[in-house]
Amino acid sequence: MKRTLFDKIWDAHVVAEEAGRPAVLYIDLHLVHEVTSPQAFAGLAERGLPVRRPDRTVATMDHSIPTNGLPIADDAARTQLRTLADNCRRHGITLYDADSAHRGIVHVIGPELGYTQPGMTIVCGDSHTSTHGAFGALAFGIGTSEVEHVLASQCLLQTKPKTLEVRFEGALPDGASAKDLVLAMCAELGVGGATGHVIEYTGEAIRALDMEGRMTVCNMSIEAGARAGMIAPDAKTFAWLAGRAHVPRAAAWHAAVDRWRELHTDDGAVFDRTVVIDASRIEPMITFGTNPGMGMPIAASVPANPADARLARALEYMGLTPGEPLLGRPIDVVFIGSCTNARLSDMRAAAGVMRGKKVAAGVRVLVVPGSQAVKRAAEAEGLDRVFRDAGAEWREPGCSMCIAMNGDAIEPGQYAVSTSNRNFEGRQGRGGRTFLASPETAAAAAITGRITDARTLGESP
Amino acid sequence: MNVTSHAVVLPGDDIDTDQIIPARFLKGTRKTGLGEHLFADWPAFRRHERGARILVTGHNFGCGSSREHAPWALVDWGFRAVIARSFADIFRQNATKNGLLPVALPEAACVRLELALQANPALPVTVDLASERVSLPDAGWIAFSIDPFAKHCLLNGLDELSYILTFSDRITAHEQR
Ligand code: SF4
Repeated sequence: MKRTLFDKIWDAHVVAEEAGRPAVLYIDLHLVHEVTSPQAFAGLAERGLPVRRPDRTVATMDHSIPTNGLPIADDAARTQLRTLADNCRRHGITLYDADSAHRGIVHVIGPELGYTQPGMTIVCGDSHTSTHGAFGALAFGIGTSEVEHVLASQCLLQTKPKTLEVRFEGALPDGASAKDLVLAMCAELGVGGATGHVIEYTGEAIRALDMEGRMTVCNMSIEAGARAGMIAPDAKTFAWLAGRAHVPRAAAWHAAVDRWRELHTDDGAVFDRTVVIDASRIEPMITFGTNPGMGMPIAASVPANPADARLARALEYMGLTPGEPLLGRPIDVVFIGSCTNARLSDMRAAAGVMRGKKVAAGVRVLVVPGSQAVKRAAEAEGLDRVFRDAGAEWREPGCSMCIAMNGDAIEPGQYAVSTSNRNFEGRQGRGGRTFLASPETAAAAAITGRITDARTLGESP
Repeated sequence: MNVTSHAVVLPGDDIDTDQIIPARFLKGTRKTGLGEHLFADWPAFRRHERGARILVTGHNFGCGSSREHAPWALVDWGFRAVIARSFADIFRQNATKNGLLPVALPEAACVRLELALQANPALPVTVDLASERVSLPDAGWIAFSIDPFAKHCLLNGLDELSYILTFSDRITAHEQR
């Protein structure tokens, strides 16, 4: 039987499957954060159940943690963080807490610490768990009831999803990044286009991406409605993981790599659906609307379709006119961060645009590294100086303005160019308006104070 | 499980969980009390009309974040069923675990229902889980389908975790492979 990458991982994790019932699927790694776990631990306590595998459970504090280096001011958030700490202590779960040198956004530290490995099933009470699929893992977000199920049993009930191959043919042009590639896909598929499916990303443009770019792509699988996104592991994957804290050592490492080499879709295996996208035509992208599928090439004009009520509502919220171009539009805030684009390569890309330049007057720029490790590595390269000298805020790691739970928020009516993953109404602050884009595009907007094509920055207008 | 009540129509596709319950209300540690924040930033959701147990809406309801606070808030408000053109995956799974029925109906049926509710907002609608049917005013019943295991659990008051735990030996065997 020819099998897809997804099939191989799925088959290896089915513990039981009764007729007419969903499969009982074993979970290798369970990531936990403060927002979606307290009710799950409470449920466990009500049932009097222990955590079955604390050694397969890893927790961090990211969503509501302040990024200004000050103690947490919000009582509710403080209680939530303390609850996570208590729960982890009680159950013997490793927690990267506020003071940890390894703390960070859950989807940044999982790979960074080598917890994320090819062939694993990985879940978290967080929809961007799809990020970990970049390593050839089956990784998906779950609700809090399911967090409880995994804590108690290390298993989940799952109906087998369908498979969708998204093949990027040709090479991504210079000036277009992994973020542009995935925004182009979301625009093509639409925000619900991959519902019910697990995506496998294939093709030349995917192979050419480095691991951090692959994480950016898999991260946003959920923005097309997919449960998960995955990329078959290759030499880049193994090289990126080698030597990380929680990967196997010595002979066990070599044995693991030999196993991981089998993790690819067999020639002749069939996907339920295939979508082919010409990567060579992808340009820097920006969103104009209120979901990640409402994106376009940065130099394009906002679509005009009077018959489309969804579009009309989105443009009204965004304060945009159908048919208008976005280039040159003034913005108020730039956010460079989130589990989509807050790894070292993202910091480098943004710093590359901002080096030696100044943030435009009146624009607030937050640069929020994805983890303490990213922060240290960026500082070792002097990237923090680049941002600070330009007039940007260099912050402590966390989710920050991606979800605006920690006080980092845009004001009602303000416009932000953001490297995060969601432009939903109010996502970055009540009444705030978000343009999603790459780190390069966000950095260019920081310098000019306007929506700007980073490829033309520095050219006379 | 049978839900009969008048229904609230919330027009629009792709209503994401950030709309259902904005992130600033996710700082609690309990499942209860979230109803007052349901659709907090949506003037279109008429807050005074409490009492409806059925919500009627567009395509891809509940997309975005995996937050189970979305069904918790809907249930806390009083809803027991959402009739939509389609649902996002994680929302659908979260809904049934909280006794909230995700009922996907074809576009034509939804439009008919919405028109009827426009004409008479007090019109009672019935969602019958056992027979997987929705009563359409003056037009008999229309079938929907729901995950058979979720239905089994809802009708028999079972929970998924208890079912999973019946496989403890096999889970152990899997771990020892
Ligand atoms: S950075 Fe944003 S999308 Fe990522 S885990 Fe945090 S809140 Fe969620």
